Amino acid sequence: MSGYATGIIAILCINLIFAYAIFVTAAAGQLNLGGAGFQAIGAYTAAWLSSNAGQPVIVTIPLAMVTTALIGFLISFPVLRTRGVYMVLATFAFGQFVSGFLLRSPTFGGAIGMVVSDYVGVGLLVAAAIITTGLVFFLMASRLGLAIRSIHDDEPVSTIMGVNVRAVQVTTFTIGGALAGLSGALYAHHFSFVEAQYFNSLLSIYVLLFVLIGGTQTAWGPLVGSLFFTLLPEVLRVGGSWRYVVFGVAIVAMMVLRPQGIVTRELVSRLSPRNWFGSRPAPAARLADGG
Amino acid sequence: MSDAAAFGRPRPGIGKGVLIGLACAAAIGFAMLIGGRVITQQIISGLMLGSIYMTVAVAFTLTIGVLNFLNFTIPTLFMLTGMVAWGLLARGYLAGFGGAAWFVALMAGISVAILASLVVERFTFRYLKTRHGDATEHAIPLVSSLGFLLIFEHLVLIALGSEAQRFPVPFKADIYVGGLVIGLPQLASLALALGIVAGLTYVLKRTRMGRALRTIAESPDTASLLGVEVARIVPIVFILTGLLSGVAAALFTVNYGDVSPFMGEHIGTKAIAAMVLGGLGSVWGAVAGGLIVGLAETLSIHFLGGDSVQMVVWGMLLLVIILRPQGLFGASSIGKGKM
Repeated sequence: MSGYATGIIAILCINLIFAYAIFVTAAAGQLNLGGAGFQAIGAYTAAWLSSNAGQPVIVTIPLAMVTTALIGFLISFPVLRTRGVYMVLATFAFGQFVSGFLLRSPTFGGAIGMVVSDYVGVGLLVAAAIITTGLVFFLMASRLGLAIRSIHDDEPVSTIMGVNVRAVQVTTFTIGGALAGLSGALYAHHFSFVEAQYFNSLLSIYVLLFVLIGGTQTAWGPLVGSLFFTLLPEVLRVGGSWRYVVFGVAIVAMMVLRPQGIVTRELVSRLSPRNWFGSRPAPAARLADGG
Repeated sequence: MSDAAAFGRPRPGIGKGVLIGLACAAAIGFAMLIGGRVITQQIISGLMLGSIYMTVAVAFTLTIGVLNFLNFTIPTLFMLTGMVAWGLLARGYLAGFGGAAWFVALMAGISVAILASLVVERFTFRYLKTRHGDATEHAIPLVSSLGFLLIFEHLVLIALGSEAQRFPVPFKADIYVGGLVIGLPQLASLALALGIVAGLTYVLKRTRMGRALRTIAESPDTASLLGVEVARIVPIVFILTGLLSGVAAALFTVNYGDVSPFMGEHIGTKAIAAMVLGGLGSVWGAVAGGLIVGLAETLSIHFLGGDSVQMVVWGMLLLVIILRPQGLFGASSIGKGKM
């Protein structure tokens, strides 16, 4: 496999895990525009443990996940006091603060960045991406996933039906934090270098776009969104800056024509093998039509 | 659930504008008393920088206050004004205007920003009739505006290149007050920015159009039932957005003399910080927030070094969000989402 293809697969895997981190909160109706901040915490934790404390990858990656999960847990309490646009802004402020802090911190190399000693190959990245995807599908199929979906669709009714909305949302922020930490740690180990400038607001914007364009209704969304976002610019490589213009037009057109995202519950049930030979709509599809 | 309250009912007593003016004067006086000349100069520069942030922050707060929409094209509208003005001058299209060419160029830049803003309106609001009713629905215009951000930025890159450019500043006039340097263009921009904001407050409070805007802010459906032509009023918000971002960019260009395709990003994020600090949907909050962010920027550069700006500004903001989510002047209901 060529170096070019390996590079694309590596960044696709990291983006996919990162997208699932943002998806888990978005699936419960919470938009996180500070994704880069969480990923940066994971990346820098792994980088510091690896280079300064001399820990092996088997220690750095889990510890990076635990740290980011803890930060996600703690930040969820002030963030969950806000809603809608204000939550987008609160998480945005968090992401900006984290990269500002890292830029300033001499422990983490400041503006120069940090070299990471241990290298992780593309094989592990692919394995991690597959496992993460599987786990998120499992999560969305579980009882907790049902609660997440119900909050996404109608929060007041979920409360009436006995869903502990606050607990579910704190959980999604914690899980999202852990996954963002994983993607950050893998980034640090694969590219062997981290710098604060990489984790900027544009990265947070892009990853939220992966999720919203893909669709927040099912776990297929981030998968399709990440593939779309990572591969479309490659496919459009001809024409330099024009591909970003085409890309922007695609985003605007998507929002006009299909604002729910590419993948919806209705689409999934229509494509499901169960319905290949009959036209009987699945219960989920009827629900989606009715709601 | 009164978003309109944030725009301020006519209220007797000292206005917020006067209050902000007094606070600025007090800051300068205090600095003169204890900090000496260098600090006073920093505070003056901070307030001047803040006047740019404040104008952009008002554009952000207006779209959020009326439409509950975080418009990410505002930084690109800012950039469009500067780059189009530079492009027109550099290509020599305005040679016929002689000495006034720079002014015509900036006016043309502002017009392009307003037109671009109307294009954004067309595709973020007019065609969005779907209401699938779930929790992430309010993000749809936000995502569209991010699409436009990509489109505008890369069109400018294609047309005018990615280099930072020098905009020929036609005059250089500083006045000296007691050994302090005050740039005349900067002073003029502060006055102009404050004038625009005061005019906007008047329009929102006293005119028929302002009442219509505040009704839409309260509830678009009810406004429509009560005879407000929502589809006609909404473009006005976008015209104002384009105008405010364009004017801010023109002032920035005249003051600092630089334009680049990326000039909007820095200003845009600072303006978002200013808006949140002042309180979403509050025009005078955005003014106060803009000035505070400008001050925080120059003072943290002076005391802590250039790298610290981002940390100080956003750390301050994070504290505000945790301790006082409604910001300095915002109504507590803003940002709770519209049902």
